[in-house]
Amino acid sequence: MTALTGERRSSQLGMSIRGWSGRGIAGVVLVVFVLFFAIPIIWLLIAVTKSSKGLILDNPFALGSWSEFAANWQQLFGFQDGAVTTWIGNSALYSIGALVLTLVVSIPAGYSLALTEFRLRRALLVLTLVVMLIPSTALVLPIFLELNTVGLIGTPLSVILPMSFFPFGVYLTYIYFSTSIPRDLLSAARIDGCTEIQVFTRVALPLATPVVALVAFFSFVQNWNNFFLPFVMLPSSDGYPIQVGLTSLLSATPAFNPSSAGSDSVQLPTLALATVVSILPVLIVFLFSQRFLVSGMTAGGTKE
Amino acid sequence: MTIAPPSDQLAVGAPERRRPARRTGRAPGRTPIGYVFVSLYAILALAFGIFPALYAVFLAFTNADGGFAGLGNFVQVVTDFRFWPAVLHVVAYLVIWLLALLIFVVLLALVVHALRVRWASTSLRFIYYLPGALAGASSVLLWLFVLDPIASPVSGLLRLFGFTSFVQVIQPGNLPVVFAIIAFWTGAGGWIVIMYGALNNISTEVMEAARIDGANAVQIALQIQLPLLRKWIAYMGVMSLAAGTQLFVEPQLLSQASNGVVPNDYSLNQLAYLYAFQQNDFNGAAAISLLLLVVALLLSWVFVSRGGLFEKE
Repeated sequence: MTALTGERRSSQLGMSIRGWSGRGIAGVVLVVFVLFFAIPIIWLLIAVTKSSKGLILDNPFALGSWSEFAANWQQLFGFQDGAVTTWIGNSALYSIGALVLTLVVSIPAGYSLALTEFRLRRALLVLTLVVMLIPSTALVLPIFLELNTVGLIGTPLSVILPMSFFPFGVYLTYIYFSTSIPRDLLSAARIDGCTEIQVFTRVALPLATPVVALVAFFSFVQNWNNFFLPFVMLPSSDGYPIQVGLTSLLSATPAFNPSSAGSDSVQLPTLALATVVSILPVLIVFLFSQRFLVSGMTAGGTKE
Repeated sequence: MTIAPPSDQLAVGAPERRRPARRTGRAPGRTPIGYVFVSLYAILALAFGIFPALYAVFLAFTNADGGFAGLGNFVQVVTDFRFWPAVLHVVAYLVIWLLALLIFVVLLALVVHALRVRWASTSLRFIYYLPGALAGASSVLLWLFVLDPIASPVSGLLRLFGFTSFVQVIQPGNLPVVFAIIAFWTGAGGWIVIMYGALNNISTEVMEAARIDGANAVQIALQIQLPLLRKWIAYMGVMSLAAGTQLFVEPQLLSQASNGVVPNDYSLNQLAYLYAFQQNDFNGAAAISLLLLVVALLLSWVFVSRGGLFEKE
């Protein structure tokens, strides 16, 4: 890698003036997109510290005050007698429940697809690939119709079970096991007298920590952010996850929905706070996993 | 580790021919244990993959009493006055969004990859990627603020385009662009990171050889990096195309936030939802779902069988 940079630098030195103007354009493009991606988030984090008047009248990037933030906080968590707390709890239940099930289901499945032989193995692999590329929303209405006939609609299982079917996780595990685990290692364990289950739990699984974390990351993010599935499956407000709960808050915001002006109405900064609260867990996961995720995705390149 | 291995192969051009040899080494795994490990997944795949698809097929071809309806449901939804406008909306949104993705994701990945200052490259990728944390309803809510000239942090920019009120911004003609911007804002960063990873996988020998031959950065990008990225670009295109046909949460929330300026039958998925839950016509809903599912399946199948990005042996 260092040799490469040296090479690059020397060839870049010989670049023409056209190269410099090209670099200028590239710089402008980078900065414009930094602003595009960053401004909304920065603004959102600032907006939660303002009163609704300040949000409209003050400079968009001027900080509000702590007391305004506290007032927004109180309004948000006072909404419909603490509905927001219930929704966050629901989100946690659904996401973590589905995450645990996903891991229990996907890791052994990816392992057996990669390292064992069985009938229909190829068929299952193709099915995994095909379904993985189908957007998860495509099957939501059919799954609703199916679960409707068995009476699961409105129960936590109606979202946890469909979310646990996670072909992408199986694919990631399959790729990991078929490229990163030396087969000789497993054979050696077998010669040493390990049963097939022990080979998996004592040899393969400890080596699979990176892919377990990766599947957990993708599963959690997708579950937490899932909107259409719970929107369809859970008709009652008590069962909403926070993502669906946001729609209730939105319809109680007079600024967007004038007919909702009433005692339980939501002001704009409170709605902004709700948005922040709704993404907080995923944002934290993103902050901590970025390095790991990027290095995971680029690992093949630096290995050489 | 994850996305890298297949691209590694495509970059170096090492074909799957290596695989059969490996297969013989699998003999010790030839025990029934494979079934045990895969059983839970197979059950879920049946329950939430295959069965709902088949059930949708059944419903789409029957009427409310369970009798065979032939193509009746399809004729009904396709001739629904809301159907073709919804198709047009989704297509307009897809065209804009896909073009933006193809152009800007590839461009940004190439430029970020060419940066030699390590911290700059890392932090740029991080900034681009962070909005991915806001998906679904959260990102739509955030953009409601950004697009409302009264509260927006970029109200000056909106006024420059002649928008003074939220209702003006969300006029029907603007919606495909609005939805494309929201989708691009949340999704592009993830793809930039993936493309960056794929660029890292291009063998250093190839790049160095080109440099020694006197190719400049632009030539390398166009003649070496772009062709080698082709499969990843196709992957992004297919995934985004399939996902985009499912447009639901954006128009749904905008419809709610605009007091119906944006109709609640803007996209196909919304129409399917209305069929199911407002008209109690599950057969019609299944017909629309099936049409969308067939599009997604076709795209996915073409990609899996022809794309060659995924190892399926």
